[in-house]
Amino acid sequence: MNNFFERRYVIAGIFITIILILLGRLYYIQVVDGRYLLYANNNVIRKVIQYPARGPILDRNGEIMVQNEPVYDIMVIPKQVKPFDTVEFCKLLGIDKEGFDKRFAKAKRYSPYRASVFEKQLSAQLYASFQERLSEFQGFYPQQRPIRTYPDSSAAQFLGYIGEVSDRAIERSNGYYSPGDYIGITGVEKAYEKELRGQRGVKNFMVNSRNVRQGLYADGEYDTVAVAGERLVSSLDMRIQKLGEKLMQNKVGSIVAIEPSTGEILCFVSSPTYDPNMLVGRERSANYNRLYKDPYKPFFIRPLQAYYPPGSSFKPLSALVALQEGVITPQTTYYCPGYYVSGNRRIACFHGEQHGLVDLSKAVAESCNGYFFMVFDKLMNAHGAKNTAPSFTDWRQKVQQFGLGERLDIDMPAEASGNLPTAKYYDKKYHKGGWRSSTIISVAIGQGELDATPLQLANIEATIANRGFYYKPHLIKAIGEKKIIKDEYKVRNYVGVDSQYFKPVIDGMQSVVDYGTASGSKIPGIIMCGKTGTAQTAHGEDNSVFVAFAPRDHPKIAIAVVVEHAGQGARWAAPIASFMIEKYLRDSITKRPSGIFPQYYMDANLLPPLKVKTPAKPAAVILKKADADSVKRSNLKSASTHPDKKKRVEKLTAMLPIIKEDE
Amino acid sequence: MNNQRSFFSNVDWITVLIYLSLCIIGWFNIHAAVFDEDHASIVDLSTEYGKQFMFIIISLMVATVILLLESRFLSALAPAFYGVTILLLIVVLVVGRNVGGNQAWISLGGGFRLQPSEFAKFATCLLLARYLSSTNVKITDLKSFLVAGAIILLPMMLIKLQPDDGSTLVFCSLIFVLYREGLSPYFLIIIGLLITLFISALVFNITYIILAMVAVTAILLLLTRRKRGFALKLVIAFAVSVGFVFAVKPLYTHALKPHQRVRIDEMLGLRSDPRGAGYNVNQSKIAIGSGQMWGKGYLQGTQTKYSFVPAQSTDFIFCTIGEEWGFAGSVVVLGLFLFLLLRIIRIAERQRAPFSRIYAYGVASILFFHVAINIAMTIGLMPVIGIPLPFISYGGSSLISFTTLLFILLKLDSNRMGVIYA
Repeated sequence: MNNFFERRYVIAGIFITIILILLGRLYYIQVVDGRYLLYANNNVIRKVIQYPARGPILDRNGEIMVQNEPVYDIMVIPKQVKPFDTVEFCKLLGIDKEGFDKRFAKAKRYSPYRASVFEKQLSAQLYASFQERLSEFQGFYPQQRPIRTYPDSSAAQFLGYIGEVSDRAIERSNGYYSPGDYIGITGVEKAYEKELRGQRGVKNFMVNSRNVRQGLYADGEYDTVAVAGERLVSSLDMRIQKLGEKLMQNKVGSIVAIEPSTGEILCFVSSPTYDPNMLVGRERSANYNRLYKDPYKPFFIRPLQAYYPPGSSFKPLSALVALQEGVITPQTTYYCPGYYVSGNRRIACFHGEQHGLVDLSKAVAESCNGYFFMVFDKLMNAHGAKNTAPSFTDWRQKVQQFGLGERLDIDMPAEASGNLPTAKYYDKKYHKGGWRSSTIISVAIGQGELDATPLQLANIEATIANRGFYYKPHLIKAIGEKKIIKDEYKVRNYVGVDSQYFKPVIDGMQSVVDYGTASGSKIPGIIMCGKTGTAQTAHGEDNSVFVAFAPRDHPKIAIAVVVEHAGQGARWAAPIASFMIEKYLRDSITKRPSGIFPQYYMDANLLPPLKVKTPAKPAAVILKKADADSVKRSNLKSASTHPDKKKRVEKLTAMLPIIKEDE
Repeated sequence: MNNQRSFFSNVDWITVLIYLSLCIIGWFNIHAAVFDEDHASIVDLSTEYGKQFMFIIISLMVATVILLLESRFLSALAPAFYGVTILLLIVVLVVGRNVGGNQAWISLGGGFRLQPSEFAKFATCLLLARYLSSTNVKITDLKSFLVAGAIILLPMMLIKLQPDDGSTLVFCSLIFVLYREGLSPYFLIIIGLLITLFISALVFNITYIILAMVAVTAILLLLTRRKRGFALKLVIAFAVSVGFVFAVKPLYTHALKPHQRVRIDEMLGLRSDPRGAGYNVNQSKIAIGSGQMWGKGYLQGTQTKYSFVPAQSTDFIFCTIGEEWGFAGSVVVLGLFLFLLLRIIRIAERQRAPFSRIYAYGVASILFFHVAINIAMTIGLMPVIGIPLPFISYGGSSLISFTTLLFILLKLDSNRMGVIYA
């Protein structure tokens, strides 16, 4: 029939082979390789995140401190853009042609079919004029998003700010955040991020190849609803917060007030401050840079981070420790000749004043240094004059109970611990056993190596007001609708001084205001107990310090005020504190017999000059203070090799307290 | 009446059944591919699926007419068919409508158009069958070989001028017919070798290819050392191959058009541009791959429904099958095609008339080429060549011409017991 009959098998064989190869490949991509289903879902499913509204923050009286306000991001889908009047468009958005080209190129690079942000955060006004013409600009559409707004423009450092999440935070969040999300970066916004942010929802939309929405994926079966962030009720009282910020304007320093019966922080002033609204909206980055470069460091959270020597405001605590130890009684007297002989040194009392015969209350009232040197000597010699270290360690442990030298663990990040030197430190500084009571005598009056944050100073006053215990200071008193107060805020922290010892000290503190150093700040009708401090600093004027609580019985407020380089405590800090206390207790400020009035203090400009004429003892002091901070020290070291740099560092450090970085 | 019944009773109904199955599978998948809510009815004439339904009806009418024809006409009229087709192929170059870069269509009015290259396929098969079955024609003779080659090459060249690369290449498949009729197997081997070398030269380092060729030649020399004269042939083949390998790169860059190069590069993985040149294939693979074992279900394919795959009712119709019916669907469709091809070979071999057999092999070759290239293209095993999937892809011209191609064979087969014409 045909010679080539068997060739049918060759041809059939080829057909079968090729079809089997195709089936093999199909088996691989359809059954073995699961990636394609993923790709297909990526193609078609657009997860649209439903952003919950961030929780608002109220003050203790229900006044809004921060809430949300809608702004509009202008989105663009490059492929849908039709020719339009770019000049007009740029004018409406307030950008130039170059900026337009740059943004458009960026959007196109991201994806020609997917929407990306063209211009961020148009205010409602700007958006209104843009919206009228929106139909002319095809491919552009607005997307509403809430941003933070601060009706009172105050409590900036307390509230902190939010910003776009960093790459590191994205990594750590296990996929919760994605680039472009907002997250609390400092302050309460950071500390309570989890509560404030709420819960995001996701809508799974399907889109076609031109990215036009085609309805919900699987009828919304995998969608979740956004849950708004919790509302936080802070402990702050905006009335005194605002007053405090005004009183502290054009000054460097801090005010912290605590409600002794709860540990709630009533005011949290860090000066100089800034309007938190500056860190929102389109001007944010420009403002941020300006504030960041401000030599007075408005971002520095002074209530928590600034190190101030307590100065004489330390004396009541000193007295309490001595009473508890039994080295003095309230009746112990001391004759002050205007100086104190410590070892072979003669230390003048403040301004060389002779206090004559003083007992404990009088010593507090008149701030007699000699009395407290005497007390400190007694304490330090408890284990024998040549055995100072164990006595010091005992003393230190007592002082630490008051919350000095360690963090109070406030509900806000970046709290500093202050500095309460240890015996070990002195052993290192002077060789072991090479120091006596007289060597470290300045600690007795809150100077020397002693540093405290304003929060710690205020907390000491709250402890004295409570006659022996404090509640952990905190900034938030309720989360959400339920007034949840963390258990740790209900615990009384006893400081190891029996309540009976407080009376003579408080007597002295009352006298400070009644007839003592702060008599000019007496509030008619309110018994305020306080203590002035005129703390020496490395450079320039003394810090003006005042700590107080009021009223004497059933105290409602404990306060610490520090005005940097302003001079005597009685001159600036005490009046400011008295206004704050009166405002809080009475909601008004009465005429004072002394004639002082708030406006005078608000108007005063006490900003330290940026140029330090002659630094008294420059690098040595700074280095000493910076011991614990190796970063700073290395900066200074490298700076000292470069004359210009060195000068600049000195200038900055001169007017700023030493910052200890959070380790 | 009695006469006619005997005609129909001799028809190979199994093939008809496969044919109908494929047509219906095609129709439903076109429905899925271009489905929209406003025109949900599968017979709505304003849509592609509605039109395809009409094309199926027309095709069945054409099939019936073919079965009613006298078999001998087919052989007798082969030169006429061929002549008319060649004429149409020339006409289309002059008055044709350009669709998608190819001047392949003659407008018939009413939205319908004719694609002469589709009809060139069976016309060429018929003439080739007639020529090769004539007495004194032997493919092993040089003259016969040249004439057979010319019959194939003429429509190829005209189609190449459109320039429709896909349809041009289809005619290459007729090499199977020539092979079955006695062409030296070396032709197949050499073609296979050249394709292998071409791809290797593009993908691998030229040094490795030559080393591999040396090794293969050495082994072949060892195996065939008893056969005299074979060694010389091998050495010549080796030398030619080396020359070819060196010529590939320049040939590739100069002889091919940029878009062709890009498609080949994409297929070989030499470049990857899933948003640009590789978009079609990438989306097509995603569609098929995402179907998994059992598919997403009828009208549920997201790739298909939301038009991520271009040309999804025509050249990329297999995407819809792969996505909505999964691997199961792929097996069914490819199984049907393989069954059809093997059935045609069986039919071919039971013919007494060489004309019928040769024609049958032509049909098998053309169908096979379409199926293999089309599906390989959708899964990235072949560069993108625009040819339809027989009986399944949307399009009147292609469906009617494939129907004609197949039913002429069935007509010839139904008459296999009768008089041998030509």
